[in-house]
Amino acid sequence: MMADEGNMTTGKPDMMVAPVGQSVSDRHSPRYLRSGRVIIGGGFLLLMVLLCLGSLPWTLWGSGSLYYDHQDSVRSLLGPDDSIPGLMGSDKLGRSLLGRCLVGGTISLFIGLSAATISVVLGVLVGLLAGYHGGWVDGLLMRAVDVLFALPYVLMVILIKVGFEDHLANLLGNQMLANLLVLLIAIGSVSWLTMARVIRGQVLSLRAQPFIEAAQAAGLGEGRIFMRHLLPNLVGPITVYATLIVPQAILQESFLSFLGIGIQPPLPTWGSLAADGLLPALNSISPDWWLLLFPCLLLAVTLLSLNFLGDGLRDLFDPKRESAKI
Amino acid sequence: MGKFILYRLAQFPLILAIIYLVTFALVWVAPGDPLDQPDRNIDPGTKQALRQQFHADSAVGFLAYYPWRLITTGDFGPSMANPDWSVNEILLRSLPVSITLGLFAILLATVIGVAVGTLAALARGGVFDWLSLSLTLAGISLPSFVVASLLLSLFAVKLGWFGVGSWGSVRDLVLPGIALSLLPMAYIARLTRVAMIDVLSSDFVRTARAKGLRRSAVIWRHCLRNAFLPVLSYLGPAMAIAMTGSFVVEKVFNVPGLGQHFVNSVTNRDRTLILGVVLVYGTMVLLFNLLVDLAYAWVDPRIEMQVGGGNG
Repeated sequence: MMADEGNMTTGKPDMMVAPVGQSVSDRHSPRYLRSGRVIIGGGFLLLMVLLCLGSLPWTLWGSGSLYYDHQDSVRSLLGPDDSIPGLMGSDKLGRSLLGRCLVGGTISLFIGLSAATISVVLGVLVGLLAGYHGGWVDGLLMRAVDVLFALPYVLMVILIKVGFEDHLANLLGNQMLANLLVLLIAIGSVSWLTMARVIRGQVLSLRAQPFIEAAQAAGLGEGRIFMRHLLPNLVGPITVYATLIVPQAILQESFLSFLGIGIQPPLPTWGSLAADGLLPALNSISPDWWLLLFPCLLLAVTLLSLNFLGDGLRDLFDPKRESAKI
Repeated sequence: MGKFILYRLAQFPLILAIIYLVTFALVWVAPGDPLDQPDRNIDPGTKQALRQQFHADSAVGFLAYYPWRLITTGDFGPSMANPDWSVNEILLRSLPVSITLGLFAILLATVIGVAVGTLAALARGGVFDWLSLSLTLAGISLPSFVVASLLLSLFAVKLGWFGVGSWGSVRDLVLPGIALSLLPMAYIARLTRVAMIDVLSSDFVRTARAKGLRRSAVIWRHCLRNAFLPVLSYLGPAMAIAMTGSFVVEKVFNVPGLGQHFVNSVTNRDRTLILGVVLVYGTMVLLFNLLVDLAYAWVDPRIEMQVGGGNG
């Protein structure tokens, strides 16, 4: 097993130790390839990322009909069946829905990834400090986490957004950049709490192990113990929870778009496309169903893949759940 | 046990005070307040009087007056955006609606979630396992406004099984309840499935089966109680969130609950209402976490209640 090599030297905690009783043939395929959910989720996700990023030269910087803000009043509200270049139809301004979905996907995924990055940095730092130091540091940090947990998430995101966006726009002199930046900070700063708790719990159990004591006895500095001895053992839970934060952040942005305070037009996200398509698609006289279906389909497939990936990884990293894998 | 409850209850005022201050700081950073919007036609004299009354220009004045009034009389004061209404009235009108809806949603989520999770665990790796996991995950892989709108347009508009935008009868609970229950249902199903698989492979289950108990009896009597523990610890925050309402669900189904105020109060910069909503939410979260800890000790007698110590 992969985990076995590093086991003696870096002192992998129990949760990382591979379960005994694997068949010999299993030894040659990496662990993550043996979970159906990780393969399916990861595969779809990779496909979606490649599609969105690969099409950027045409959708974001191009000038043809695939360009996300290319307006053409002749092609207004074409269905997917009667528009060859659009493939997914067009919206009221005659913009290609395919182009907008691809750019929207890039932005949505970027938001998810950035929120996950912020949560990883903040959550891991707080979790490490609290778990490693214990005592009053732990008490203070964890009570702070408790307080933040008891604040309403939605209200806080909106409050942070309205509170700091104008200040930041003045500071940067760029409305669009400030909009994106505040959105990321607002979503990221409220989504690191679970990560902090999980990491603290892991560090508490790691700290009690002999290899940390040995490192301390050898006179290693705190930073070195964190970077060289604790972090490598935390890669599992960090990956899992980061994967699960991405779909939450993307949904959070779609909610803000629904309220009209997400990413500002003309920039699209999957969430804002779905929010814009909601009314035209559900009116009963002449429903423009494609405006809702395609953004939602892409969003759902991506979030489902991320949730599958996160769930599958969690089961892989946790031997207590060895039996729970599919 | 009594000491544990007292210790936890004693922490409430401190945590709530910090919540109040954090929210207050954020509210004061947000530009604008309802009294300086140009489109509202109030004569300058009244406006000046209102600004005085709400301490709209002085953070210190606000802090010196409102928290004190809240502690001594339990009164949040009038709503800043609609001074004819008091925040207490707004909260007392909307909170029971949200609590009713939230209880229904959590009940639905727990019953279906535990059932699906148990069946999935029993059919581990099989078709039902895959299908149920994918379906519960699919329910939370779409924005809630899409799911709620689809439910409304299909079951209320197209099929006419439920009223559109009506509120008052038990029937009106069903669709918003379902919409609200999807997220906790998905979590509960997954938690139950994993816990159940663990329990099913444990020694006492084998012993129970070996002494001749029927499979169904073992699952009902021995497994469910143990597999319910992780669900229980999730139920604390989930109940607090469900019972304080959801903006999207309330907007789509036209429910007069508390959830709308989480957004409206901020868009109106209604400082007194924001603080009221946040404190109610915080109290609910603290209360339900305490209740869940107590229920934990009741379901699992092995757990001892400790005073102090971090509960992470």
